[in-house]
Amino acid sequence: MEGFLHFNLQRANAFVLFLLFCTLILWFIRAARTRQDLFIRKIAGLNAIDEAVGRATELGRKVLYVPGISSIDENQTIASLAVLSHVARMTARYNTELDVPNKDPLTFASARETVKEAYIQEGRPDLYNDSIVHYVTYDQFAYTASVAGIMMRERPATNFLIGSFAAESLLLAETGQASGAIQIAGTAEIAQLPFFVCACDYTLIGEELYAAGAYLSRDPAMLGSIKGQDWTKALVGLAIIVGTLAATTGLFDLARLFRAR
Amino acid sequence: MSIELIGTWIAALLTLCLFSFLYKDNPFFRFAEALFAGVSLGYYIGQTANNTLKPNLVLPLVHDFRGNYDLVIPALLGLNLYTRYIPRIAWMARFSLAVYVGYYTGVNMVQKLQGEVLPQAGATMMPLLGAFPIAGTTALLVTLAATALVLGLIDSARGHLTRGAVIFVSTWIVARVVAQVAFPLAADALDNLLLFVGVIMVLIYFFFSLEHRGAVGGMSRLGIWFLMLGFGAAFGYTVMGRVSLLIGRMNFLIIDWIGGTVRAIGG
Repeated sequence: MEGFLHFNLQRANAFVLFLLFCTLILWFIRAARTRQDLFIRKIAGLNAIDEAVGRATELGRKVLYVPGISSIDENQTIASLAVLSHVARMTARYNTELDVPNKDPLTFASARETVKEAYIQEGRPDLYNDSIVHYVTYDQFAYTASVAGIMMRERPATNFLIGSFAAESLLLAETGQASGAIQIAGTAEIAQLPFFVCACDYTLIGEELYAAGAYLSRDPAMLGSIKGQDWTKALVGLAIIVGTLAATTGLFDLARLFRAR
Repeated sequence: MSIELIGTWIAALLTLCLFSFLYKDNPFFRFAEALFAGVSLGYYIGQTANNTLKPNLVLPLVHDFRGNYDLVIPALLGLNLYTRYIPRIAWMARFSLAVYVGYYTGVNMVQKLQGEVLPQAGATMMPLLGAFPIAGTTALLVTLAATALVLGLIDSARGHLTRGAVIFVSTWIVARVVAQVAFPLAADALDNLLLFVGVIMVLIYFFFSLEHRGAVGGMSRLGIWFLMLGFGAAFGYTVMGRVSLLIGRMNFLIIDWIGGTVRAIGG
């Protein structure tokens, strides 16, 4: 019994789901590395990225990429950096100006690495300079005012608002729309999604943001991860159906196993 | 004029400078924007140094190094971030970022499973017949009929998916109103049914491994309807919060600034 003191049996349900989740992801990553045909459905907002960067190139104006206001401990920011990598590769390919203002210092450091790497991969390190990814301030609304200023003064042709956002979402999306830019947004913040849906041309909703990196890069690790998440969702969905039917008929209480303690 | 009133005047003028952006970009807005960004950055540097680094790293190491020697590891990881400014060893900064991302991914994964996935899945498993079986069954049948109608529409004609969703939602609303008036206890059944159908349809929408065509496409379309209804409610709720922020700012301008100045002049 002594050996089990560090194992909270009341949380065994989370442990089992965690193991299942990890096993599925690792299994699908392995599958993605051996087979190259793992399918992920089309995501409308992502198909518009190429079009949006192309528009900026044609107009000779910049692309503005806002990676949200959170640090890289937030999964949405990591997903946003994957999309940034794709956008940066496109701007490097077409020699289009890119501007990435940052609020969080660690996101700033990671975004700079990401963009630099993208320019190198595209064979255009000569086009990269540190001012592409720049730091603004840590204050949420000072950052918002600064980005809104960039939108109205420099009139980017395309705005990407992808990552974790809070109260500034509508301020940025509205200003971007007023500036006439095509806007692609993506976040998993439920309270902010309605504003993006209203004010942007395309919105990546919730998990679409996490799938975006895999869809764009076709990286086996990311594809496998999305597949693993998909099948975990399918199993949870199945459990909900079985649990609901069981609760309705009174056969057993499956919900008991899902109670967090 | 008191120091406090001078502060109020500065805050009010800066507020007006920022509000001037509603007209268009102008020098007053640019001044306020630059001042806001600069002051806030300086403030946060001071705050981080005094409220984070000093109490959590510097003081523990100075006062009891042997007891807190493990703090040297995060300190070195933090300092390592600055190697990016030395081109020859800039790659080393990636180790710190990798540790940071890896640590939080692991922590977040367990937190999300424990705090969100499990309780939300468990809370969805509700009895569909409600507290009062007969009324619940009646309500259930009405809604099941509507669901069957939607599924029939999905099967029969792809062009009628939106109409099918409208029929489902409107039938549910009618059944819910009838239940509320005639069979109050059946209302629970309808709520549970809506929650159940909504969760499953939204899960199907977020399933990326299948092409959204045919029946899957119809269900995913219904999922997006549920999402949009949820967003509509969230939109209204959040806008109310924002309006209260605007009221707060207007109160400041009218009561603190104008009222305060009038009181100061009047003595």
